[in-house]
Amino acid sequence: MPGKLKVKIVAGRHLPVMDRASDLTDAFVEVKFGNTTFKTDVYLKSLNPQWNSEWFKFEVDDEDLQDEPLQITVLDHDTYSANDAIGKVYIDIDPLLYSEAATVISGWFPIYDTIHGIRGEINVVVKVDLFNDLNRFRQSSCGVKFFCTTSIPKCYRAVIIHGFVEELVVNEDPEYQWIDRIRTPRASNEARQRLISLMSGELQRKIGLKVLEMRGNAVVGYLQCFDLEGESGLVVRAIGTACTLDKLSSPAAFLPACNSPSKEMKESPLVHPPSHGCRSTHNSPIHTATGSRLTQNFSVSVPTLIYTGMGSGSAGKEGGPFKALLRQQTQSALEQREFPFFTLTAFPPGFLVHVGGVVSARSVKLLDRIHNPAFVGIMGNTRSYKLLDWNSFNSDEPETRDAWWAEIRQEIKSHAKALGCHAVVGYSESTSICEEVCILSASGTAAVLNPRFLQDGTVEGCLEQRLEENLSTRCGFCHIPYDELNMPFPAHLTYCYNCRKQKVPDVLFTTIDLPTDATVIGKGCLIQARLCRLKKKAQAEANATAISNLLPFMEYEVHTQLMNKLKLKGMNALFGLRIQITVGENMLMGLASATGVYLAALPTPGGIQIAGKTPNDGSYEQHISHMQKKINDTIAKNKELYEINPPEISEEIIGSPIPEPRQRSRLLRSQSESSDEVTELDLSHGKKDAFVLEIDDTDAMEDVHSLLTDVPPPSGFYSCNTEIMPGINNWTSEIQMFTSVRVIRLSSLNLTNQALNKNFNDLCENLLKSLYFKLRSMIPCCLCHVNFTVSLPEDELIQVTVTAVAITFDKNQALQTTKTPVEKSLQRASTDNEELLQFPLELCSDSLPSHPFPPVKEHLESASSNSGIPAAQRATSVDYSSFADRCSSWIELIKLKAQTIRRGSIKTTVTVEKASPVGDGNFRNRSAPPCANSTVGVVKMTPLSFIPGAKITKYLGIINMFFIRETTSLREEGGVSGFLHAFIAEVFAMVRAHVAALGGNAVVSYIMKQCVFMENPNKNQAQCLINVSGDAVVFVRESDLEVVSSQQPTTNCQSSCTEGEVTT
Amino acid sequence: MTSELDIFVGNTTLIDEDVYRLWLDGYSVTDAVALRVRSGILEQTGATAAVLQSDTMDHYRTFHMLERLLHAPPKLLHQLIFQIPPSRQALLIERYYAFDEAFVREVLGKKLSKGTKKDLDDISTKTGITLKSCRRQFDNFKRVFKVVEEMRGSLVDNIQQHFLLSDRLARDYAAIVFFANNRFETGKKKLQYLSFGDFAFCAELMIQNWTLGAVGEAPIDLDSQMDDMDMDLDKEFLQDLKELKVLVADKDLLDLHKSLVCTALRGKLGVFSEMEANFKNLSRGLVNVAAKLTHNKDVRDLFVDLVEKFVEPCRSDHWPLSDVRFFLNQYSASVHSLDGFRHQALWDRYMGTLRGCLLRLYHD
Repeated sequence: MPGKLKVKIVAGRHLPVMDRASDLTDAFVEVKFGNTTFKTDVYLKSLNPQWNSEWFKFEVDDEDLQDEPLQITVLDHDTYSANDAIGKVYIDIDPLLYSEAATVISGWFPIYDTIHGIRGEINVVVKVDLFNDLNRFRQSSCGVKFFCTTSIPKCYRAVIIHGFVEELVVNEDPEYQWIDRIRTPRASNEARQRLISLMSGELQRKIGLKVLEMRGNAVVGYLQCFDLEGESGLVVRAIGTACTLDKLSSPAAFLPACNSPSKEMKESPLVHPPSHGCRSTHNSPIHTATGSRLTQNFSVSVPTLIYTGMGSGSAGKEGGPFKALLRQQTQSALEQREFPFFTLTAFPPGFLVHVGGVVSARSVKLLDRIHNPAFVGIMGNTRSYKLLDWNSFNSDEPETRDAWWAEIRQEIKSHAKALGCHAVVGYSESTSICEEVCILSASGTAAVLNPRFLQDGTVEGCLEQRLEENLSTRCGFCHIPYDELNMPFPAHLTYCYNCRKQKVPDVLFTTIDLPTDATVIGKGCLIQARLCRLKKKAQAEANATAISNLLPFMEYEVHTQLMNKLKLKGMNALFGLRIQITVGENMLMGLASATGVYLAALPTPGGIQIAGKTPNDGSYEQHISHMQKKINDTIAKNKELYEINPPEISEEIIGSPIPEPRQRSRLLRSQSESSDEVTELDLSHGKKDAFVLEIDDTDAMEDVHSLLTDVPPPSGFYSCNTEIMPGINNWTSEIQMFTSVRVIRLSSLNLTNQALNKNFNDLCENLLKSLYFKLRSMIPCCLCHVNFTVSLPEDELIQVTVTAVAITFDKNQALQTTKTPVEKSLQRASTDNEELLQFPLELCSDSLPSHPFPPVKEHLESASSNSGIPAAQRATSVDYSSFADRCSSWIELIKLKAQTIRRGSIKTTVTVEKASPVGDGNFRNRSAPPCANSTVGVVKMTPLSFIPGAKITKYLGIINMFFIRETTSLREEGGVSGFLHAFIAEVFAMVRAHVAALGGNAVVSYIMKQCVFMENPNKNQAQCLINVSGDAVVFVRESDLEVVSSQQPTTNCQSSCTEGEVTT
Repeated sequence: MTSELDIFVGNTTLIDEDVYRLWLDGYSVTDAVALRVRSGILEQTGATAAVLQSDTMDHYRTFHMLERLLHAPPKLLHQLIFQIPPSRQALLIERYYAFDEAFVREVLGKKLSKGTKKDLDDISTKTGITLKSCRRQFDNFKRVFKVVEEMRGSLVDNIQQHFLLSDRLARDYAAIVFFANNRFETGKKKLQYLSFGDFAFCAELMIQNWTLGAVGEAPIDLDSQMDDMDMDLDKEFLQDLKELKVLVADKDLLDLHKSLVCTALRGKLGVFSEMEANFKNLSRGLVNVAAKLTHNKDVRDLFVDLVEKFVEPCRSDHWPLSDVRFFLNQYSASVHSLDGFRHQALWDRYMGTLRGCLLRLYHD
């Protein structure tokens, strides 16, 4: 009995009217945890009941504490008939289980009903007394911290990064049970919500156990997803990176990465060898999925592409003895792991040594139906259903899913090996399900890591030092990890443009964030490849085969599109690449998003050449040359737009270190040749490898056109899908996180691949345009972490969901700050050169450091900052601020006034007894004026791991919430848009309320993992499932930091408000 | 390709002031989009009409969802669904409760009932304000009225506390509520020249001086509890006003009063002779208005009477405003020198307010 959970129900407010006759409600509350239920008294005839209950105490196992959510149900008492439920609140008490996080959950929670949405709020206080349990064989894993953030959390340092942890649990979906036919939609939704909550809890506990087994104390980059497999069940799976984290004692010494990345690297304690003496890591295999039982399952594994730079290679010098040494060492550290994967996308400095390229694997599976009558029996209505222990019950099911994933991971691992890498970073997994077909995808970036973080015990000092020097150069990660003589694919290599001593590919694709120490020229931009392919409707195996036949072509085309668009932007590297393949009844959709940048270490990309098939046709030639001109213009324009002006390097410098410059380039192809556009070499086009687009039919023409239709964001706007925008580092504190959803219906008449592509392309482009328009008041600003999700809910419907954060930045300061890295790089370059004099070859690179930013640029920038905002917009914004000032001063005035009234008059206190005609009877005689104590505390939400202009002082725990909303009066709720708009707003509200109750003021690394929307307009019905997660944190404004030395969470307005109400 | 669903939800709710205004003005989405296009926003931002359409729809949807909360502004501050900065909340509320001068003149003093609501069609065509906007404004008046109707204490403060309005707007609403409660006639042709501001000014003076609340710490007995302190005129006071009749009924007193005023104003007034000739008429008018206020019907006609009995005669003789002021000051002050008159306090309470009102009402 190692835990005591205490719950107190304080009050409710804004409750709905449940009794039409009196326009009031007789509310009471049921508090349930596990199988124990407590009830409050009925508070008669009030929409703002004050229960002020005793402490309800639950004595429970810590295992239950981790698995079970606290369930609070608000009901309307009815003497004659059954009590009506008003709504529920589920509270995940996990944050109370680790010592450093929250100590109490207290605040106003929205009361949520799956049919009616939010119906009032309830004030709850929750505490946990945890007794230490030293039982070695315990099943709980209390104390293991979870972070959604895919980097080392800001106020911690990584002592050891252990590696990959994964787990999945399977259950039957309550929506598909026989009982669903007789119970109400509400009961069914609540059963589902509760089940997923329970499964998430269990999953987290199991992962925690694995972490403890690895001697870690935290999971970073925790990503939990659920697969709605329909009839075949519900899978909740999670991956993460186990770490041993140390809390930084004085967080003030640690500057947020957003402001001065280079500074952080210097000051970061991570650079120093770990002082914390931890015992040797035991690298037991994380998960043993031996003996995969795939026999009964139909499964197709898809040939996988390995993305990296392309082009032909040339022989060169070995990278030095360190590389080999390092490889050996890392190998030993990673070899013992089954899957050397890391879900992190940003790393402590020095962690990432080399990056090989993107590796991905996909597999098409057929889902099986579970036939298990024994299962249904336990899912009774009254008792809480415990999760089944699958090992004793039905051992096939989770094993099958495990085996599927194990297979894919194995493939990823072998791809990474082929690239000469031992590890995969920025690793993620996803699924797409349509009926009984499921595509499993995994992708990551093959990399070579510094072993220092993977195991403890210090490596010999001198080696360490040298490694440090050698590897922490800003170009190190670009250097190829594989052997040039034995390349896994044709690649075009040159000497690094930064250090001149190692080979680099000409293009680099990765799934990780841009390393903070990388030198980037100009700014980055969001690059998307979009693709649709029609598919015949088919059943089972035939369908799966059709899909797996299509996949390689889609991958190939997505890759080609990305490459073309990258070249069109004049850039040479992609970060944060995420390719999503969605399967529907009659089509496949591919959407790849990434952030393009120009890495100083990689060569300048060549242009794009267009070649016609029929050379002797005059008008055709003319057309081709016209297109060519357009493309060249676009490239030039983009270079200007993104400020890409790399230092001009004279030819000798480039030429000399490369012994045998061969310009033949070939795009890595998949197995087939059936693609429409064929890239071929073009020897005539200078020394840089140009990309040739051959136009041989209308399809290819379309493709070229679509290349050119991507409009750049309006001036003052930038966008990227990584954490921060390369080239901008003076963020202001104004942020706006948003979710936008669009669904289009395709007209079924003209469903050709081309029309489909155009529709999809327009959908995405229009969506982006709308975002730019909506956020125009934030200019200059950048959309960061733009995350597109595509789903195909029905035959002719395409749904795109975007979540991103808009951050404003200060254009004027940009000039000063962008200069500093340049200066720094100059410094660094010179020191590097001093140290490396022993390599005679490198001497020629001395002349390299030249200003990437010529002085002319400053004029350009200042000019654009003046003209960037249309005059009218500026005018309105000024207008607004003055009005806002006035308004807020009114509010102040009202406050003051109300206070004086309260003091001065006896009149107002006389009518206490009299019921007010407004809902809020107690407003009138509330001690303070409404505005003074009501302003709900602001909770920021962001998909980023940081908050610009602020410092995170405390992580309060993970937020992982799942909601279902259903309606049978769709038209009355404003149609599908009204319904979903309200629901998403409600989800945000519930996330904010939970964070506020934990004492936090922000959610970082927020992600909407799922937004499944189904409608049936004929029946006037719709249903939506949303799953969100993030890290609840406390942040302090940097400007406040100097004043307030201690970490003081922002005043919890709600709780103070409660107290006020209680005392009156 | 048709858009089935198109939404944008920000963690901080985006409020576009221009669209909010269009929404408040009762334009449909189509009309609003057309108006926005005409404002040149497309050229400024490089957006397309489709983008504008989607943006407008989105804002309208948000406003529609907020409207429920705006009906009880404190709820807007407490609610958790929309995260809106306080300054924007104030803006939303203030603009929602703002009203059109043309509209308020039409309904001022009318009973805020269903009957009046039916007339909104006519008001809409007459004023050119959309019916939707008329409805909102009417419902606002009615809602504020209902909430503060039975409440004790200062009318302005009650409105401010329950609707979180700015001081200015709360005062206007107090006037509207006061007029609606006392059903003052404001729609007669004679009164058309008066603005809402004129009436609001008078209402404020009357609330301050002629209501039960004005007496200060009013004795709380069973009778007075039935009255609303700031909304109803002090009945006792109205009864007492009959006593003033002596000023015109008693010929000696009237003559004495006249001579006092004339002596004081001789040579100071441009329209002295007109004043002298009209004194008895004017005085009779003002005092009779007071004496009649015991009847509800006459209370309603207060402004009509004032204009008929005082404003119009003076205006026809082309009194300048400064002369009116001189006259009224002297007219009320001289009563203190009338030895036979015992109701000095009553006179001051009546005339102090009336003087202020008359000066405000006296213009073209």
